[in-house]
Amino acid sequence: MTSFWSMWISVITLAVIFGCLILVMRTRKSEVYKETTTETMHHAFDGIEELDNPLPRWWFNMFLITIVFGLVYLFLYPGLGNYKGYLNWTSYNQWEEEMAHAEEHYKPVFAKFAGLSVEEIATNDNARLMGQRMFNNNCALCHGQGGAGAYGFPNLSDSDWLYGGDGATIKASITNGRSGAMPGWGAVIGEDGVRNVTSYVMSISGQAADATAAAQGKTTYQAMCVACHGVDGTGNKLLGAPNLTDDVWLYGSTFEKVAHTIRQGRAGVMPAHGALLSDDKIHLISGYVYSLSN
Amino acid sequence: MIKHETIEKNISLMVLLIVIVISGGGLAEIVPLFFQKETTVPVQGLRVLTPVELEGRDIYIREGCNVCHTQQIRPFRAETERYGHYSVAGEFVYDHPFLWGSKRTGPDLARVGGRYSDDWHRAHLYNPRDVVPESVMPSYPWLFSNKLTGEDTANKMLALRAVGVPFTDEAIANAEADVKGKTEIEALVAYLQQLGTVMSNRR
Repeated sequence: MTSFWSMWISVITLAVIFGCLILVMRTRKSEVYKETTTETMHHAFDGIEELDNPLPRWWFNMFLITIVFGLVYLFLYPGLGNYKGYLNWTSYNQWEEEMAHAEEHYKPVFAKFAGLSVEEIATNDNARLMGQRMFNNNCALCHGQGGAGAYGFPNLSDSDWLYGGDGATIKASITNGRSGAMPGWGAVIGEDGVRNVTSYVMSISGQAADATAAAQGKTTYQAMCVACHGVDGTGNKLLGAPNLTDDVWLYGSTFEKVAHTIRQGRAGVMPAHGALLSDDKIHLISGYVYSLSN
Repeated sequence: MIKHETIEKNISLMVLLIVIVISGGGLAEIVPLFFQKETTVPVQGLRVLTPVELEGRDIYIREGCNVCHTQQIRPFRAETERYGHYSVAGEFVYDHPFLWGSKRTGPDLARVGGRYSDDWHRAHLYNPRDVVPESVMPSYPWLFSNKLTGEDTANKMLALRAVGVPFTDEAIANAEADVKGKTEIEALVAYLQQLGTVMSNRR
């Protein structure tokens, strides 16, 4: 802040405060009059007049107290331009103190579990509970309480994993995020192609499907889909391509839902949390997620 | 000494004195803010909104999101642990009007950008209970069918430029084409996904 604006603020603030003080002192009547008076304000409404009594002493004193409070406050805290206040208080300092205090308090707690592997955290009651708290605050909005998942958001409590369910992979998924990249095939293989491939996918996952369409779909599948989902449709965890032969369906298992997925593609995104959460927290959350299915 | 009666019976004098009295606070607290580096210089990396994000912002205002969600993280640990880095004045230099809000029925959104996927925002705005069972937020299904025309977007940008938001001529010229045909949900999610991304810290 330039010294001009510093002066500007200081002068106006103090002028207002002392202006109030002068106003209060100059207009008080308690010294001039006794406690009550018969003097009126010289105006009458329907014969009712207003007496011009002095302020009660306690009321007058309260005005003085607010003025003293204001001056003491401005002495202790920053309020007058560049003057930092006797206490040197700022909201940022206060925040930093809070953070330092918390660091001191929680660092040993996290340090206790930093040496454990993700798998070991899952079997340590305290660590797992801490992980659960942080999961509920940061992850449950998409993955649900207890990691039960929702339509489009993977269930973390079953044993089916898109990218792998070992400790290191879970941790990598949380830290770096994941981006699903199933392209839409509607424009490439046409609507008939979509329906045929859908029939084939239904058939390999053990659902009822039109055998002729499925046979035709298989040819398309072998040409277009094997690169990610594999020859037998069991998927590829390196790419996050789901297993199509089980009964776990992120985007629904009905014919229409599967056809929609093939036609439009899917691009589910898990945001990277490495930039948001500390390593200690991600470590404990990973342990909790691991415990859900183990 | 002016008598009480003189002021009471002379409305012009009373108005003048009232203006003097109430301007004290504004002159000391508000006026200097227009000349402070902290409040007039954007933080490093702050960019203006794209036309689509700008339309999203107007939908945010139209639906009254700011009535239940603040966009201001105070410098308390309890808030920075949950939401991320506390808000600083330089982040809001291009905001006209500010959408700080005054009450949190829902969580603060100052740094919601990038925290959830686009899909999550769409599912959540279509019906919040689908992803957060205990939510009391209303559903906004019409955002998915309403299409934007973009016919006012360029004018909005010109108006904002007049008060100091540095939109480029090119962005304004392409605004209608950028926005036209987009659904409201696309615009709103685009706006939400950039909120607060200019600053970050690890919690």
